[in-house]
Amino acid sequence: MKRVPAPGAKINVTADGRHVDTANLGFTMSPHEECAVEAGAQLVEQHGGEATVLTLGPVEAEEQVRYAVSVGMQRGVVLPITDDDWDPQRTARAITAAVGELEAADGPFDLLLFGNESADSGGFQVGIRVAHALGRPMVNGAKGLTVADGVAHVEREADAGREAYELPLPAVVGVKEGLNLPRYPTMRGRLASKKAEVATIEPTGEPGGLVTDRLQSPPERVSQTVVLGHGPDAAPAVVDVLEEIGVL
Amino acid sequence: MGSVLVVVEHDRGSPAPATLEAMTAARTLAGQTGVDVEALTIGAAADDIAAELGAYGAAVVHRVHHELLDDYGPEAWGEVIAQAVVALGPSVVLATGTDRGNEFMAQAAARLDAPFCANVTEFRRGETFEVTRVRWGGSLLESATVTADVHLASVAHHSTDASPAETPSAAALSTLTVTLDPSVARTRIVARVEREAGVTLATAPVVVGGGRGVGSADGFAALQELADELGGIVGCSRAVTNNGWRNHTDQVGQTGTRIAPDVYFACGISGAIQHWVGAMASKHIIAVNTDPQANMVTKAGYAVIADLHEMIPAITEEIRRRRAG
Repeated sequence: MKRVPAPGAKINVTADGRHVDTANLGFTMSPHEECAVEAGAQLVEQHGGEATVLTLGPVEAEEQVRYAVSVGMQRGVVLPITDDDWDPQRTARAITAAVGELEAADGPFDLLLFGNESADSGGFQVGIRVAHALGRPMVNGAKGLTVADGVAHVEREADAGREAYELPLPAVVGVKEGLNLPRYPTMRGRLASKKAEVATIEPTGEPGGLVTDRLQSPPERVSQTVVLGHGPDAAPAVVDVLEEIGVL
Repeated sequence: MGSVLVVVEHDRGSPAPATLEAMTAARTLAGQTGVDVEALTIGAAADDIAAELGAYGAAVVHRVHHELLDDYGPEAWGEVIAQAVVALGPSVVLATGTDRGNEFMAQAAARLDAPFCANVTEFRRGETFEVTRVRWGGSLLESATVTADVHLASVAHHSTDASPAETPSAAALSTLTVTLDPSVARTRIVARVEREAGVTLATAPVVVGGGRGVGSADGFAALQELADELGGIVGCSRAVTNNGWRNHTDQVGQTGTRIAPDVYFACGISGAIQHWVGAMASKHIIAVNTDPQANMVTKAGYAVIADLHEMIPAITEEIRRRRAG
């Protein structure tokens, strides 16, 4: 799970162009991961066991870990970082090592869930790299997920329709928003999250080959909006435009 | 310096519409250093695509045939690409920035332990290899330097217009042999439900999108009527799916579908950045909103300041009147 600025916020860049200006930004779980957390909570409700939420991020990401506990996770783990230089390869190496450490202590996870891609960096790869490093099958983009008889049944959308996969456990699945509607925390959940122990694992991993030099806003789309009118009387003007464009 | 190799995305022989965008971007990139564009097709079903790839600049099309490649599988495709990199020695490998393209490229990158840049809009190739790529779904752009023996990237969808080469040639054909461990079959498609014929959100020429201003699930009936009248499809914003008024499959935006219709009607949609990045490739946007200061109104090419519940039926009625007349 990744801590990201709340969706819909205007993202500004610091004066040196190197970082996102976090002043006035609210933070949340990345949307795909929010659905992954919900999926984990549902699987525990259906099958028993327990679910752990893990994040690599600033120490403030503990806030999102506790939120995940409030909506159904049993354990939380933070891999705290103090800089932004965590490219996808380095991030995946750190998560792989942390999963290994957790599994060495408590046995293997049946299922690792990731977001399809994080809302901020959009790299589409950390989960896949972790899956490969652990030698586990993975598909991304899950819009359907059930587990039965040691197999994860995954459905996703494709250009031609919906396609299904059957992954033998232990497996890794990248979840896409739309798999479910994440729940809101209950009062009991909120209380549990305050008391929950959040473990810390120091992240390890060599940097990869991608170095961010600069962030910038894309050129503003300058649009001289033509106001076709006010109220339903503008309907003929709208249809004139449709005729001009050629869709009518 | 090695070639620019394009991995051709296809579904059982049907090329992804964005594939030719990647071919076009590859031609520009190859031209910067005077190397060839080559293409890689995975699975015998893709053999028929080879001729068209020549028209888009491929000097060679490398074909891979294997019984485990009859249908798409991310691990199998990733393994094929990794082996192709070792065998062919390209300096750059490109694919389309679709979900599938990003998936198989990440699988290949994991196997090669190489960096992978998803959704690139610009390449600069000189002393170093630099890219500009989409972040925050397009709210920001990242300039990055990539250090690697082979550069793996996907081309952001809609960032390049597909255009054939000025001097098309017949691509030479080669067959590349790969060795696949049966374990890659763990992630093969086991069943599929084909989409009913008709337009999709990603391909529709007209999208009638509704936002929080629609007010209810029932409120979308009028939008559906207009979409039907124009041979289009209904879309919606994240607020709508969060309220349970429409299925997530209808969501336009950063975590939904990116659309590029001829016309996008944005009805009762404020235009939060997350929605905007999914709609900004539309050729024309007509905003319908009671708020003249709404982001979507100020960014649209055309706007009507009106209550959508009155406006949309009036537009549908006007279309019918003209067609009857």
